[in-house]
This record gives sequence, C-alpha cells and structure tokens, in this order.
Amino acid sequence: MNKFKILSNGILKENPIFVLLIGMCPTLATTTSAINGLGMGLSTTFVLICSNVVISALKNVIPDKVRIPAFVVVIASFVTIVQLSMEAYVPALYASLGIYIPLIVVNCLILARAEAFANKNTIMNSMFDGIGMGLGFTLALTILGGVREMLGSGSLFDMKFIGDNDGILIFVLAPGAFITLGYLIALINRLSKKKN
Amino acid sequence: MAKLDSSLKNMVLSLGIISLIASAVLAGGYTLTKEPIQKAQMKKQQDAIEEVLPIKDAKVGEKVEIKLDGKTDAFFIYPAEKDGKLVGAAIQTYSYDGYAGKIEVMVGLDNEGIVSNYTILAASETPGLGSKITDWFKTSKANQDIRGKNLSQTKLAVKKDGGEIDAITASTISSRAFLSSINSAFEAFKKYQQQN
Repeated sequence: MNKFKILSNGILKENPIFVLLIGMCPTLATTTSAINGLGMGLSTTFVLICSNVVISALKNVIPDKVRIPAFVVVIASFVTIVQLSMEAYVPALYASLGIYIPLIVVNCLILARAEAFANKNTIMNSMFDGIGMGLGFTLALTILGGVREMLGSGSLFDMKFIGDNDGILIFVLAPGAFITLGYLIALINRLSKKKN
Repeated sequence: MAKLDSSLKNMVLSLGIISLIASAVLAGGYTLTKEPIQKAQMKKQQDAIEEVLPIKDAKVGEKVEIKLDGKTDAFFIYPAEKDGKLVGAAIQTYSYDGYAGKIEVMVGLDNEGIVSNYTILAASETPGLGSKITDWFKTSKANQDIRGKNLSQTKLAVKKDGGEIDAITASTISSRAFLSSINSAFEAFKKYQQQN
C-alpha cells in the first residue's frame, strides 16, 4: 500500500473524529481551548505511533487469544511515559488536561488501530498509519478547541481579541462541545459530498 | 515467521515477557523524571509564594503548619522576614465549599492583615464561571478587588451575605468559598503570630 495514501487516509478519508467518530470522551472533554486540544492531540499521536510500531513488530509473538491484554500493556506503558514527561516538563498543560492523560489508555482510537491495522500490517505501514491517524485526531481536536475558545472565551491560543466577559459561555461548557462537534461534522459532510 | 499458537505455554510466556519489559521501561522512565517533577512542583510553589508576598525582596522562612479548630486540613504559613523582623507571610489556604470541591489558594498578608495578593493553586470550578476566581478578586474595580483590604477590621463576604465584595456573576458559591479561604488564612496567620 502506498505510504502517502495511508497517511492521508487518517487525516481526511477516515478522520477518527469527523468520520469514524471514535475517541469521543477526550474529544468532548478536553477541547475547551485550542491549546488543550493541541496538547491532547499530540500526546495521543505520540502514544499511537509508538504503540502501532511496537505492536506491529510483536504481532507474530503475541498469540491471538491474549492479544488484547498484550496491546493494553504496551499502550499503558507509553501513556505512563507521556504522563510522567508532561508532569516533569510541561506542568501547566498537564494540570489543565488532568485525568484525561491517563485515560488515553482506554481511548478506543488507539486500541482500534492496534487491532485493525498494526496487527496485520508491516512496521513501516503501521508507523505511517499512526502518524496519519494521530495528525487527523490532533487537527480535529485543535479545530474543535479553537472554535470553542473563540466563541466561548473570545480568544485563540490564549490571545484575547475581545474584551472580558464577552464569550458565549455555553461553548466552553459540555453542551458546547456537542454543538460545535455536530456543526463541524455537518460542515465536513457537506464539503465531502460536493467533491463527489 | 508464523504466528504463535494460542497454547497455554505461549500465552503465559508472551504476556509475561511483554509485561516484564514494559515494567522495566516504566521503572526507567520513573527514575528519569522523578527529579524534574519534584523541581517543577517546587518551582510552582515558590513562584506562588513570591507572587503574593507583601514585600518583594523579603526572605522566606521555613513553612509552619497551623491547625484551626473545625478545619480538617492544616494551613501552611511561609513567614517573610526582612532584617530579621516578620513583615508578613504567604499562607497556603483552602476551602472545601467550592462548586466542584476543594479550592487551594496562596494568599499574602502583611502583619496587620492587609491582603497583598493571591494566586489559585488548585481548583476545578466551572470553566468560564467559577474559574474566574483566578483574576476576578484582583481586578482593579471597586467592591471586587480584595487587595488592600484589612482583614483585622472586616471579614470578607459577598454582598448577598451582607459583605462588601461583588461576587462573580452566576458564581456566588465559588466566590463565597474563595472568600472563606482568605478569611481562614487570616485566622491561621493570627494564630501563628500569637505562637511566636
């Protein structure tokens, strides 16, 4: 399979958020601002690439019946490494993402890619799939966070462009996540329909 | 290489070895990040103390634990000294009455009990509403700014409770909890002054 195709597959055709609709829990909960969305997306991308590579390398020594526990051990190790390094080097971001970092373990995006792709493909292809899917996830989270931050707090990447107290509060709260996601998906469906 | 059979021996061995390697990697990661994490936490604490102290170039002494009747946790006093004399303190205080649990605050008081500044150490108040406690009470507006208020003369309270402070719009509970944490800080500091 063409490497570029695998890469763009995750970003556009099978975007995990806008098309596959998986990994919704961190998506809805952490995207209160663009920087949070970006941070969450990049941490997930890192875990996804590493776990895809390792699982693809180990696919022949993991017996089928214990593959899920084996995958989870690999994924959980990478998540813990991400968590420890974030706590050490970017404590502010770590504080705002909080519980959602350890919860990357149960993000079904990662397990789904391990099961559906890495377990059947070569190491290189799995790496590109991880990069593509991760970037697609990051892009979606950053857009979602950016829209919510602009409408809800009147700023983008922490830079204010409207004075205080002018945000539409609902967009930084939970319902705003659903509303924004719904409209973004509608928009993307509309755009991809036109192309066909 | 063919995939390993799901025989008991293979399953135990493969899962065991993967877990063993994972735990070794994690132990390494933990050791590497232990020191930076401690440093990051210390730095956060020290920045908070320096930000709130009434006098900028004061020497910060060892922290002192103060317990108050009817309060579950201890308060921590970081006394500030200049030329060997106590000039005030940074007090790590808290309140459990927030809208989403505990609010931890670092507040600076001088010897008379005048508030110099504060900073929020930890809080999980509603984003966009209660989360405004970070800046609201140090915004230079009458009836809103608690800096310069003398706690030995009046207890801080929101207008609804007969006080003179404007609560955050739609977040009376968070405002009340925040002000009560400042009042307890003063109580703790008074007790500390009596002990010394």
